[in-house]
Amino acid sequence: MTTPPTDLKATLLKLEARVHDLEVTARETGQNLDAAIHPLRAEVERLRTAPVPAANAPMTRWERVQLARAPGRPTAHDYTERLVTDFTELHGDRNFADDHALIGGPGRWQGRPVMLLMQQKGRDTKSRVRRRFGMSNPEGYRKAMRLMDLADKFGLPVVCLIDTPGAYPGIEAEERGQAWAIAESIQRMVRLRVPAVCAVIGEGGSGGALAIGVGNRVLIQENAWYSVISPESCAAILWRDSAQAPKAAEALKLTAPDLLELGIVEEVIPEPVGGAHLDLDAAAAALGEAVGRHLDELGKLNEQELKAQRAARFRALGAFTES
Amino acid sequence: MALDRFFRRRRPQQQAGSDMPDLWTQCPACKESVYNRDLEANLWVCPKCNHHIRLEAGRRVEVLLDEGSFVQLSGRVHPTDPLNFQDTEAYSDRLVRAQKKTGRPDAILTGTGSILGLPVTLAVMDFAFSGGSMGSVVGEEISRAAEHAAQIGTPFVLVAASGGARMQESALSLMQMAKTTVALEGLTARGLPYVSILTDPTTGGVTASFATIADVIMAEPGALIGFAGPRVIQQTIRQSLPEGFQRAEFLLEHGMIDDVVDRRNHRNFLAGLLGVLTRRAPDALPTQQSPEQSSEQSAEAPA
Ligand SMILES: [Zn+2]
Repeated sequence: MTTPPTDLKATLLKLEARVHDLEVTARETGQNLDAAIHPLRAEVERLRTAPVPAANAPMTRWERVQLARAPGRPTAHDYTERLVTDFTELHGDRNFADDHALIGGPGRWQGRPVMLLMQQKGRDTKSRVRRRFGMSNPEGYRKAMRLMDLADKFGLPVVCLIDTPGAYPGIEAEERGQAWAIAESIQRMVRLRVPAVCAVIGEGGSGGALAIGVGNRVLIQENAWYSVISPESCAAILWRDSAQAPKAAEALKLTAPDLLELGIVEEVIPEPVGGAHLDLDAAAAALGEAVGRHLDELGKLNEQELKAQRAARFRALGAFTES
Repeated sequence: MALDRFFRRRRPQQQAGSDMPDLWTQCPACKESVYNRDLEANLWVCPKCNHHIRLEAGRRVEVLLDEGSFVQLSGRVHPTDPLNFQDTEAYSDRLVRAQKKTGRPDAILTGTGSILGLPVTLAVMDFAFSGGSMGSVVGEEISRAAEHAAQIGTPFVLVAASGGARMQESALSLMQMAKTTVALEGLTARGLPYVSILTDPTTGGVTASFATIADVIMAEPGALIGFAGPRVIQQTIRQSLPEGFQRAEFLLEHGMIDDVVDRRNHRNFLAGLLGVLTRRAPDALPTQQSPEQSSEQSAEAPA
């Protein structure tokens, strides 16, 4: 990260205050907020101990992961406020509940009519708790499918902004078929008759991200990550020590440049030097341009071509040899 | 993903179908010692407590298909190490070890055959190979098998047994969830049935993709089935989990699967079902089952 030395102390104080805030909330509500607290605490430790890097020093994969989760990282709302007009949020899965971690509705993406689906982590402690830090219950994915039905009906291209540590791991989520909801959402996206452009804007955590990630084009911001598992969980399993997360992040090759090389994404969307949080308007402009350009390109394809292109894109992914 | 449980606490359970120098096997559930020939005759269901012992893929094929009908499709696709993944051990070394142990290139066995005379295409995941984890090869072989079924016009039957997507291929493993879903579309287009059988354990990215978008979802009694692993959930909510949580019977109760079916009844169940769906008659009518082998009974049997 490229925090200038003069700002370091202020940043540290801000982070420490936030950790404290979350800990108090956790105590008072009885909710486990470790998923939010641990990365912040790690960041505090890192800033305290790490020498301040030069402004243009290359970042490690782990540093990028931390940047993707940093408290000041722009959320989907920060972008849509700048890029989307006439947005009508549509609530609920018509079955059980409204999920606040995955929201959506029709709007205009820099003037283009689209159906917007986005994972929203929240911008302060209260909204983060309400939005479960961007971790959906099955209702979130079922609402997404409902909105995809509307997109197909009205011929609206689907734009997905992905930012989730993963689908929520809870008792009720399992009881109501978390795995089923994700699987069906993937299938629903495969069957879309309209263009779909997906952009990972922070964390692309596993199946919970892929559930709205089956696009004709998949883009990723420069400092976002996308992986089968979080570095902490991977480290806990393979190294038997979640503190080895930096090593796991390296091994998982989960950064934007890695994913471009693996053919998982079509394009890396540049961020302002130091990260999207340092110049939100510039970050939004780059995201808006990239998504808009792909929407315009895909607009030239008919339904069959769109489905065939999307199917072929995902059918081809994988690495193996053949004897 | 929900791999932790299996990597951390792999039960010291003998895999049925591996070389068995011993004459008997201890049931991992009731701890009774049972003669292997009795277990084999009972399709590796414990005669004492009805526990369904995990099956190696080759033995699963024998349990499901008519004798001598299996023609293997899989085996030519081999895993690579696209990320040069290294944890406490190199992925390439882990692969060699799993290949030596199972005699397969990866955690999947596919082919064609018949069930009471009804032709099917079958894919069986192999938990003995790296916890049945899904990487590029598993995704590719399942996709090819589903496409083969659509091409030759047979129903597709898949037996799931997996801790989820394989970490060592990272995002490429994750993408297999979408890839297999794409490949299954051909069956829908041709009106061919797809039946999945969820066995112990089926979790993570496998549950959240091809395993649960089947037309009919069966599960073996007592099988652990879910998205997140029990330990991850427990850490998140900091409460003890309810009795029977994420077991096949729990999922049946919550409306997520079509039935819990005793292994000794799988062939009859599939033949009856696929016969109706494809408007064909099985060679032999399903034989009368003894009461403890009916699916209703097995659903109530202790897990
Ligand atoms: Zn037993």
